[in-house]
Amino acid sequence: MSRFINCVRYSLAVIALGAGVAASAQPASGKFTGVGRTATPAEIKAWDIDVRPDFKGLPPGSGSVAKGQDVWEAKCASCHGIFGESTEVFTPIAGGTTKKDIETGRVANLSRLDFPQRTTLMKVATVSTLWDYINRAMPWNNPKTLSVEEVYAVTAYILSLGEIVPDNFVLSDKNIAEVQKRMPNRNGMTEKHGLWDIKGKPDVVGTLCMKDCATELKITSVLPESARDAHGNLREQHRPIGPARAIDTSRPGAAAPSGDPAGRPTAVAAAAGAAPAVKTGASNTSGPEISKKSNCTACHAPAAKMVGPSWTDIAKKYKGDAKAPAMLAQKVKAGGAGNWGAVPMPPHPNLKDNELAAVVQWVLDGAK
Amino acid sequence: MSTEVKKSGRLLKAPENFLGQGDEKSPETMRRKFLAASVSTAAATFAGLGLQASAQAQAAVGAGDPNILQLPAHSTGLGMPVAANPYGAPSQYEKGLQRRESPGLTRVSAASVAFTPLQGTFGIITPSGLHFERHHQGWWDIDPSKHRLMVMGLVKNPKVYTMDDLMRLPSVSRIHFIECGANTAMEWGNVAVPTVQYSHGMVSCSEFTGVPLSVLLDDCGIDRKQAKYILGEGADGSSMTRTIPLDRALDDVIVAYGMNGEMLRPENGYPLRLVVPGIQGVSWVKWLRRIEVGDQKWATKDEAIHYVDLMPDGLHRQYTGIQEAKSVITTPSGGQTLLDKGFYNISGLAWSGRGKIKRVDVSVDGGRNWRTARLETPVLSKAFTRFNIDWVWNGGPAILQSRAQDDTGYVQPKINQLRAVRGTRSIYHQNAIQSWKVAESGEVSNVQVY
Repeated sequence: MSRFINCVRYSLAVIALGAGVAASAQPASGKFTGVGRTATPAEIKAWDIDVRPDFKGLPPGSGSVAKGQDVWEAKCASCHGIFGESTEVFTPIAGGTTKKDIETGRVANLSRLDFPQRTTLMKVATVSTLWDYINRAMPWNNPKTLSVEEVYAVTAYILSLGEIVPDNFVLSDKNIAEVQKRMPNRNGMTEKHGLWDIKGKPDVVGTLCMKDCATELKITSVLPESARDAHGNLREQHRPIGPARAIDTSRPGAAAPSGDPAGRPTAVAAAAGAAPAVKTGASNTSGPEISKKSNCTACHAPAAKMVGPSWTDIAKKYKGDAKAPAMLAQKVKAGGAGNWGAVPMPPHPNLKDNELAAVVQWVLDGAK
Repeated sequence: MSTEVKKSGRLLKAPENFLGQGDEKSPETMRRKFLAASVSTAAATFAGLGLQASAQAQAAVGAGDPNILQLPAHSTGLGMPVAANPYGAPSQYEKGLQRRESPGLTRVSAASVAFTPLQGTFGIITPSGLHFERHHQGWWDIDPSKHRLMVMGLVKNPKVYTMDDLMRLPSVSRIHFIECGANTAMEWGNVAVPTVQYSHGMVSCSEFTGVPLSVLLDDCGIDRKQAKYILGEGADGSSMTRTIPLDRALDDVIVAYGMNGEMLRPENGYPLRLVVPGIQGVSWVKWLRRIEVGDQKWATKDEAIHYVDLMPDGLHRQYTGIQEAKSVITTPSGGQTLLDKGFYNISGLAWSGRGKIKRVDVSVDGGRNWRTARLETPVLSKAFTRFNIDWVWNGGPAILQSRAQDDTGYVQPKINQLRAVRGTRSIYHQNAIQSWKVAESGEVSNVQVY
């Protein structure tokens, strides 16, 4: 019934709006009878999660730096490092900002060509963005699971890492506008460019010179020989017929180019044997595939310790332990910390039991 | 010319693999014959090359090509039945052409890029299976019967649409390119990658089908007095959100479910995505679940932390969306070796986020002299345009470049012109003229030229 009323109301509204609606694809009023329905308030509340720079959309609440640190160490540090400094998986969250930046609202290190990384706190101008980012998309493999208090708390913890708020701070909807005034790069954004408006003025335009054009004809950069094979054998990444053949980069470089005149058979054979795309969807029991699909390699490497222990170290530790496969499968599924240090392993609830068993066995067998 | 060119020459032109070991016409035998034949024509002038080469080929193949003289199995046997491959897949010989990651670009494949093999595509449509991928928090294959689109905010009647609803509405089908703002980003400072797949493969072009966003906004009674922007939001873990100006939203933005005649592929947002012609790919929100109408920009994570362009003065350009005119030669291109001297069709792609491609010029001498290429039809607004131009390679070193102009008059710049204004750290919107060096050996490589 309400749907009918809305429909009528809308028809009237459109008639009232009248001739402002012009383009060819525009409907006549009431044309789409029976298509779509009015969203309920509960539905809108469930999905309308965005928070704007003027804090429209920010739910009331608060969270302390201390609470944020607890949440961080349990759910965020595995990727971002305890102090948001880690470069293992993503670019760092904190670092590179100064007290002076908090005064000026411009991060000085952004002008330095020699500064190695741009951290989140160096870039972000609006504290609302941090809150919204964490709320909608974090933790990375389990987004939208933090409570409102936890989102405030984690935001507060990050801000404390940049000394934007003190360690005893409690961030809330009441004081967040004050915090905004201390954001280190709050004056660091510009919209003076031509790439927003379709009629915007370009900042760099080429010339249409056709003959004897001024050019130094100086080759300023070439692909380093060391990078020749960095993308795999190019021979296997091209069509084996046509006006050119791809270079066989499994062989030495330009000194001996096209040294394979009868190269077509190789190309076809190699191409035909190229690895198939990674399967997705249905469960599979290939250790390497599960490892890739589940992003295990974000934290684990074959031999070196990264965020988590190496495959080799795990295999060594549990060698001959009959209970290890079941215990580790449970550990991978539920996540947890303690065996290898303070940084917790995130849970992997989507892995099926046979996949868990397979990937654990693969690791215990040396991850080959 | 060096013998290397001849060695890779036209006698062994196709990938036939027809020469078995011990065959009388093994590569070695043929090469000897060829070299012998070429001695007599060593003084061949450039203009006569084609004719003489075919005469050489004639001499070298003897009675003829065994691929012609000996009927192959496919001419003398029964082929496969219909529907043996119910969906269909490319030939086994095309397996080299796949989407690929650039090693070391990202640590995790769920927040990464797989590049389109532009070196192998023809015309202006990118096959759906080769459309580039860029995900921020992995991709999903969403049950379309459970997918919903909500349109809310500054509208009289916020509404929920099922896929059934959306597919009942009037639809449009339009061909547009989509390019990641970070396409060619690895080359701001120097040459970093070997082939056009990795230098330019974060762009694809497809025919998209769906409902014009303006239809949905009007169906919900958009408040045209207050509305200034819309926000698109995805249903995946990252819930990608992007601000789009209302004039764009009401112009040619599509809420799309179709791509190249079928539904969107899961990696491209199945069952629903935004199509925002001319604007960088991140705004083409995949797995679209919500449209909000508002009166302020949102400064979302992907327009306030990521996808901001660092300028030399330390300021970040925010809300840089439009992909300015750009072009690249795809054949021949980096990582390839030309078969031989002689005739080639230089072929490439041009596109502009501001409209139609008006003209593409090609240089084979590193930008000193230019000729205007043929534009193949159709030439569509905010879509790939294929260009071609004849070229006879004389065996000497060459540097191939293409330069696009769009119908606003804008001309694609050189890399040093871009760097002079934007430095080398802005990551996004790198649309410089690409240079491919052709060495005397025929090897084509990625270089930068001033």
